[in-house]
Amino acid sequence: MSVAETFYDVIRRQGITRRSFTKFCSLTAASMGLGATGAANVANALETKPRVPVIWMHGLECTCCSESFIRSAHPLVKDVVLSMISLDYDDTIMAAAGHQADAILKETREKYKGQYILAVEGNPPLNEDGMFCIDGGRPFVEKLKEMAADASAIIAWGACASWGCVQAAKPNPTQATPIDKVITNKPIIKVPGCPPIAEVMTGVVTFITTFGRLPELDRQGRPLMFYSQRIHDKCYRRPHFDAGQFVEQWDDQNAREGKCLYKMGCKGPTTYNACSTVRWNNGVSFPIQSGHGCIGCSEDGFWDKGPFYERLSNINHFGVESNADKIGLAAAAVVGVGVAAHAAATALGRVTVKHDDKAPPKA
Amino acid sequence: MNVITQVNDISDSHGEKTVARRTVYVYQAPVRIWHWINALAMMTLFVTGYLIGTPPDSVTGEASAHFQMGYIRFAHFSAGQIMAVGFLLRIYWAFVGNAHSAQIFYIPFWRGDFWKGVLHEIRWYAFLEKYPKQYVGHNPLAHTMMFLVFTLGTLFMIVTGFALYSEGAGRSSWQYKAFGWVFSIFPNSQDVHTYHHLGMWALVCFTILHIYAAVREDIMSRQSMISSMISGERQFRDEDI
Repeated sequence: MSVAETFYDVIRRQGITRRSFTKFCSLTAASMGLGATGAANVANALETKPRVPVIWMHGLECTCCSESFIRSAHPLVKDVVLSMISLDYDDTIMAAAGHQADAILKETREKYKGQYILAVEGNPPLNEDGMFCIDGGRPFVEKLKEMAADASAIIAWGACASWGCVQAAKPNPTQATPIDKVITNKPIIKVPGCPPIAEVMTGVVTFITTFGRLPELDRQGRPLMFYSQRIHDKCYRRPHFDAGQFVEQWDDQNAREGKCLYKMGCKGPTTYNACSTVRWNNGVSFPIQSGHGCIGCSEDGFWDKGPFYERLSNINHFGVESNADKIGLAAAAVVGVGVAAHAAATALGRVTVKHDDKAPPKA
Repeated sequence: MNVITQVNDISDSHGEKTVARRTVYVYQAPVRIWHWINALAMMTLFVTGYLIGTPPDSVTGEASAHFQMGYIRFAHFSAGQIMAVGFLLRIYWAFVGNAHSAQIFYIPFWRGDFWKGVLHEIRWYAFLEKYPKQYVGHNPLAHTMMFLVFTLGTLFMIVTGFALYSEGAGRSSWQYKAFGWVFSIFPNSQDVHTYHHLGMWALVCFTILHIYAAVREDIMSRQSMISSMISGERQFRDEDI
């Protein structure tokens, strides 16, 4: 591997003149209010700072995160992969294979110790010593721990790496485990979704390479800028929710008129993501706009919060399929019937007792 | 001429002797006011909470002409805030009020006669005891239920309620700062919705039992129950105690 390209090298390679480059630096420094020496500092940083090396590993996953990533429109994924970062390893899309590919991992670890970013798509299964996911002849979990040890930060792509997703759904036979439960000593940024929105993925990468640090995260480790609001709060169908106008059946008039999908099990009210603002495929649409409720794919354990088409989640702890209302109504009915029976028994008991005998006999 | 005899300054129109009965002042005014406000808030919360989970049939016409879910949720949030403020004031009163006012906030776990009392009450409700015991405050079984189901249940509903409210109020709201930790325990707020929903049903069951026990013991236990929460006084109906 050659010496890492700097941003300046990339900019020149793309045909931008030295003159334009210095102009850009001056303007950037001026707009940021950096003072007289600012422009020189910006130029120096762009000329000397190597692009951030990124290692992209794949555990138990379906590659939907990669599929989403390569469809990013703003910025175009080619700009991210070829200009902004130095994507040194991604076994799905790289040219190298086999021992050649494995050699890159070793080389990156040695050369950029503590400097590269480890992006993980999918998660490691821990059962049977990790034998359910073999990568290059070894359990994936071993490779993951090895690469994480020398990484500066870890990006957990998608619901798999962030929460576990479908392979961690009950009963989770392989004990698929999210990244933050396996690697506990590195900063981890979760970018959940099944898959995450392309622009959210490239947006996170852009932020990290631009500012050299992770964006502000929420309580669960997700970037606040994309995951601080619910689908529900930015949904264009929200007025129908507040008005009380719902799709009651998939084929009714309200469905055709685009009313709120709350009663059809839409998980928008409990899902934090940017779908209702950024949308998908270069802003074309998102599930609710296409007439289907949100399934909450960026939330923890969303496979186990079903059904997708009912508002109340199933509760399966009692052996039978149930939900909060069914359990609650049954409990209230039992209590009500119990109370009525008890009252009847009490009344019957009193028929045979004279009023004066209610008190214990005087001593 | 009919002379009305006065006995202990109480008498009836026939001049017959009536008895003076012992009354104890148990529920001070703030506790009584809180009790009824809280009861109203709970009823509102039950109905609106159920409707939030299972909304009524859709209204027709333009969305701009209606605010049905908006009003249901507004009523729920308002009643919830009243309940929460009431609960805080009730905790305050447990410190400054009389001895009975703190009863629902603790269980005298290490007191043997308390558990004997619980056993007696269980036997009383199982028709195994002939005569009820009388207590100035809650009987030990009621005391246990109050603490475990009502006090802890209400606390759970307030905490999860504010956590859920913070979802709409936003990540910078005080509700999120104060109650956002709930989502560290349950990262998916759909779970919090489910548990909040189950909590409602637990309190519905509590309410049924509470009302039944109050009516039953008013009749059966030779002491006042229902009027005590209006006047504050518990009257013991036995003659000469």
